[in-house]
Amino acid sequence: MLNMTDIMETITMIQEENLDIRTITMGISLLDCCDGNPETSCEKIYKKIYGCARDLVKTGDGIEQKYGIPIINKRISVTPMAILAGASGGDPLRYAQVLDRVAGDVGVNFIGGFSALVHKGFSPGDRALIRCIPEALAATERVCASVNVGSTKSGINMDAVALMGAMIRQAAERTADRQCIGAAKLVVFCNAPEDNPFMAGAFHGPGEPDCVINVGVSGPGVVRAALKKAGPDCDLTAVAEIIKKTAFKITRMGQMVGNEASAKLGVPFGIVDLSLAPTPAIGDSVAYILEEIGLDVCGAHGTTAALALLNDAVKKGGVMASSSVGGLSGAFIPVSEDAGMIAAARSGALTVEKLEAMTAVCSVGLDMIVVPGDTPADVRAAIIADEAANGMNTGKTTAVRIIPAIGKDVGDELEFGGLLGSGPVMRLNTASPSKMIRRGGRIPAPVQSLRN
Amino acid sequence: MRAVITVIGKDMVGILAKVSTTCAEANANVIEVTQSVLQEFFAMVMLIDMAKMDCELAELQEKLKQNVDGMTIHVMHEDIFNSMHRI
Repeated sequence: MLNMTDIMETITMIQEENLDIRTITMGISLLDCCDGNPETSCEKIYKKIYGCARDLVKTGDGIEQKYGIPIINKRISVTPMAILAGASGGDPLRYAQVLDRVAGDVGVNFIGGFSALVHKGFSPGDRALIRCIPEALAATERVCASVNVGSTKSGINMDAVALMGAMIRQAAERTADRQCIGAAKLVVFCNAPEDNPFMAGAFHGPGEPDCVINVGVSGPGVVRAALKKAGPDCDLTAVAEIIKKTAFKITRMGQMVGNEASAKLGVPFGIVDLSLAPTPAIGDSVAYILEEIGLDVCGAHGTTAALALLNDAVKKGGVMASSSVGGLSGAFIPVSEDAGMIAAARSGALTVEKLEAMTAVCSVGLDMIVVPGDTPADVRAAIIADEAANGMNTGKTTAVRIIPAIGKDVGDELEFGGLLGSGPVMRLNTASPSKMIRRGGRIPAPVQSLRN
Repeated sequence: MRAVITVIGKDMVGILAKVSTTCAEANANVIEVTQSVLQEFFAMVMLIDMAKMDCELAELQEKLKQNVDGMTIHVMHEDIFNSMHRI
């Protein structure tokens, strides 16, 4: 029998601690939409996505009402568009536009998969798509782009890294009148997962089934509240235990919602992504959890250790709660989307270098960091290279989503609004890495890739 | 198929009566009620059977909000609590 304490705990989590399902993301394979004629291919894409996802938003809303749990986003991820654009030909922009149109018609707020996987090299389709990314992100509202430039198995494609250093700036430039939002919809990955439900890096990998439902949960506020309730006297083993138990409950809810959505839509259930995803709302911050563990401010020495503990405990709790865990599954540390991170960055306590160290122990990477607009392309490329090296050698996913603030410098801010939040322009070390970046080629896969 | 109704707020006369009347009108059978009043704070958890209920959960919540003014009311399918608190 249910008891009152459990019921009230769940309601407090939802009402006061910002517990929610962050996203239900439908992954759709578009491999059967190839055609010799690009126009016909675009028509097929529209029909396939519309056919699969027309009830997605309605179903999500229905589940939200039935269980009283907010489902913030309903989204779609598709086969990396470079594969399709490469096979069907034509201007990649056409494909971005059809994705945007169908996303609008089915009512989702983002569609991910304007993507290319180039960790070992480019095909002509990959190159054309990557060069089109800035234009596509400026010309569309809902399309998100990502490029995988490295992996533990294959090393880092440094030509792609150099190219992305330039593309990020162009994406920001083309949307300079809209707070450079283009760059906020572009992720550069190492070890990109094929079943990630979170934007902007979601795409539907070639190894995935035809159509699948993936779920991303949230709940930094719940974890923080549980730690606060336990007080300052429990030791770190007890802290880990509290986080584990909380993560278990959060994930169980995600699993239930995923199962229900998949049954209602008649689509197989894919994974629950265990990530703790913050929002700019006060009380929904990963930085505040770290501060609750005992740091004066996020970014202080000890932050990496606290984050490692948090990330590991979240996984341990979550993995027992779900029959299928995947995606990114870790704590996110996007600066502009986290009230505590924003405050720490403004105060100067949190630096890009510290964030880079933090990404070695958590998901996902240098995320939503606003940098000076006049940062040289080679420095941006080198930031990507460093982060990809982090991922390559640890075997984890890492990503870079930095936003060059065109015409702005340290001390200024960008305001994206909504879940993307706002961020201060952060100082970068601009000592030149140009000679290394211009060498190009590939950083060979590390010895840990040889596991057979 | 059961749902949990929770009502929280300042205590006053007739809260339980109004909630159960609204349930009866929707043909939802009340299975269990736990209620406490601490100082002026009222908290109630009601378990209902909705096998024969003639409206959707969201609709019932709407009616309850209209009929019981000034209280925080949630109507949620019991599975969310079972999945979070039971292994």
